Amino acid sequence: MATASDFRICPTTGLNVHLPAERLIKANAVVAIVFLAIGGFFGLLVALTRWPAVHILPADWFYLVLTAHGLDVLLVWIIFFEIAVLYFASAVLLNSRLAAPKVGWAAFWMMLIGALVVNVAVLQGGSSVMFTSYVPMQAAPHFYLGLIVFAVGALLGCGVFFGTLVIAKEEKTYEGSLPLVTFGALTAAIIAVFTIASGAIILIPTFLWSVGIISHIDSLMYKLIWWALGHSSQQINVSAHVAVWYAIAALVLGAKPISEKISRLAFLFYILFLQLASAHHLLAEPGLSSEWKIFNTSYAMYLAVLGSMIHGMTVPGSVEAAQRARGFNKGMFEWLRKAPWGNPAFAGMFMSLVMFGFIGGISGVVLGTEQINLIFHNTLYVPGHFHGTVVAGTTLAFMAITYLLVPLIFRRQVVFPKLAMVQPYLFGLGVLGISIFMMGAGTLGVSRRHWDIGFADAGLSFDYPPAAFLMMALNGLSGVLAALGGLLFIVIVVGSVLFGKRVTAKIDLGGNAGVVAKYGSAGTLKIPGTAVLVAIFFTAFVLYYFVNWKYLSELWPMR
Amino acid sequence: MAQSSGKQVTSERIPFMQRLLDNPFLLLFLGVAIPAILYLIWGIMEIIQIPVAR
Amino acid sequence: MAVTPPESRIWWKEPVAKIELTWVIIAFLWGLVMFFMMIYWHIAGNQNLSNEAYRIDAATFTKYTQAMVDKYTVGQRTTRQGGREIPIVAPPPGSDVYLIARLWEWWPILQLQKGKSYRLHISSLDWQHGFSLQPVNINLQVHPGYELVTTITPRDNGEFTVVCNEFCGIGHHNMLGKILVVE
Repeated sequence: MATASDFRICPTTGLNVHLPAERLIKANAVVAIVFLAIGGFFGLLVALTRWPAVHILPADWFYLVLTAHGLDVLLVWIIFFEIAVLYFASAVLLNSRLAAPKVGWAAFWMMLIGALVVNVAVLQGGSSVMFTSYVPMQAAPHFYLGLIVFAVGALLGCGVFFGTLVIAKEEKTYEGSLPLVTFGALTAAIIAVFTIASGAIILIPTFLWSVGIISHIDSLMYKLIWWALGHSSQQINVSAHVAVWYAIAALVLGAKPISEKISRLAFLFYILFLQLASAHHLLAEPGLSSEWKIFNTSYAMYLAVLGSMIHGMTVPGSVEAAQRARGFNKGMFEWLRKAPWGNPAFAGMFMSLVMFGFIGGISGVVLGTEQINLIFHNTLYVPGHFHGTVVAGTTLAFMAITYLLVPLIFRRQVVFPKLAMVQPYLFGLGVLGISIFMMGAGTLGVSRRHWDIGFADAGLSFDYPPAAFLMMALNGLSGVLAALGGLLFIVIVVGSVLFGKRVTAKIDLGGNAGVVAKYGSAGTLKIPGTAVLVAIFFTAFVLYYFVNWKYLSELWPMR
Repeated sequence: MAQSSGKQVTSERIPFMQRLLDNPFLLLFLGVAIPAILYLIWGIMEIIQIPVAR
Repeated sequence: MAVTPPESRIWWKEPVAKIELTWVIIAFLWGLVMFFMMIYWHIAGNQNLSNEAYRIDAATFTKYTQAMVDKYTVGQRTTRQGGREIPIVAPPPGSDVYLIARLWEWWPILQLQKGKSYRLHISSLDWQHGFSLQPVNINLQVHPGYELVTTITPRDNGEFTVVCNEFCGIGHHNMLGKILVVE
């Protein structure tokens, strides 16, 4: 049993914060941000190489750095941060002690050692196989080993999360059902279990193959099982960043979910169906039936997409309701105009929501349509899409909530507040550009993971249209902007954690938390502004969806 | 924010759907079993049945 | 709020605002439209990836490809560096046509007729490759040990390029092929 001295009472929220949990949250968040910096730097080098006029890295370095970039941001930065979110959503939000902190530390060290080992493997040059490491291309054994150790560590971290839920319930540290944010974190943790188990199923035999114990791994089987790890890991991100949106809306504006039932059902659709869409990556493969492809790529008739569309309405809806209850009632959009855009947590959250929906979400559904995939598979459109989801969506949301974690958990004031106000916009603009221009280049047929679209050393020749080269230049510029925004984030956060003024008393996170406890009954909920935004989103979705069927119809007939 | 107080002490039966959503381990089971069956196992079965070229 | 437990113990019974319910229904129906659109396209659309695929080993696939090359070669193209000759092959419409992907080339060069259909077989002899036909923008995945079979009908004439868009090592960005379409 934990003693009372293991806790502190948060002066701002009144929550009982378990000190061992807090130490783990800090450790995971710090390592996350270190890898964000490293992976982000690699990303900048990639963008500057694919900008043909700059072409900064030679080919072998490019493929090496691209592999490292994928691993360090898509896997290491994001999962370390998510472990911190899991511990926060369980121990802190439930006023509970964290289950088995020693296991939490074992998880942390395994993840860190695994991440370092896999980075060493890549930097040594013999494992430039991309994040996907498609068999029969082979990496060094310690590449796979590092990934496996990282994955086991992450699984242990999820175990600590589940254990904490059990303890909190038994010790009655909260009343009633889990808070919605914790429920979102639970969704992320459940998907993480499937993700990591799938990763183990495929990476352990692949490791054995890399040391010669197993003689052959079927390339199609590898791809099917690997993507249960690869895409599902991105669905952990979606669940986590949606939970983060709700948390920020609550902490900064006192916003309340407009319907616990509907929001939880949306998370349920994620739990049941989100992982099926790993099939997106196999739509252009031989040997899998259209039935399997259509059912899985659609997340079971788009029920999981319904989940996202629900959150896409309820989060801004809750913000609008909170703002209107606060008096910002004039016209359709005063609530939005007078929202705390100078608060980087809010700004980052709202931009993350809009960009995830419009850019990442719409492109993802289109890309994942069985037949439309034919015009996009393995083109640069694919990274354009996922920079819209994972960077504009998840990373920006995680940056946003870090501005709250710094005062609440690290108990430091954010340094350079004027720069902090600007940072989400700078990063957001850069990432918006990256997504749009990569998608533009992909629409013109430019390939992903490709060092030279001029084919200077190839035996045959081909010229992409000049617009493709323009796209790559604009992508490069956007990459620079995003890198500046990322660098600014790192400087502000590290500066705050090390040198920020200590916070000891209650702080104002932005909104008066108590003001908007009730919106009135369901019958009087008024969110016309959100209704308009959602209508615009829906219109864009429908139009863009059908435009791409039109493009497909101009392709050579195939059956 | 203190914890929400003033919960209705109710002897009403909690509806089935809420009990499902309030049960993390049941959700964990479903969240692992459903994609394991519909994506992994179905997919693996299709791959192993791909015929050999004549 | 979202960071605290729900206010009502039985939140399942809280009524749902009409605007939210309306959106849920619209979004649900839209999901069904998108789902059935894929099925509809299989019935009424012209661009579908065939489900036909076979396991095949490198030697056998090479044998079939070589047989086509031996029978239907009509010319050669010389590569830039090194000056290798790649055969240009014009198989008859309706026939089985073979394309090999290997580190780091597509072999041979196919010459097809506009408006005619061909059963295109693609396989890799080594690693995974990506068949990306430009500027048409048809993109297919090519595996070693498997052949994909799809019936294609070129719609335009001209010179088309096969770019490899699946990373396959240091020569990946040099891996190009050609498909020529004549009247």
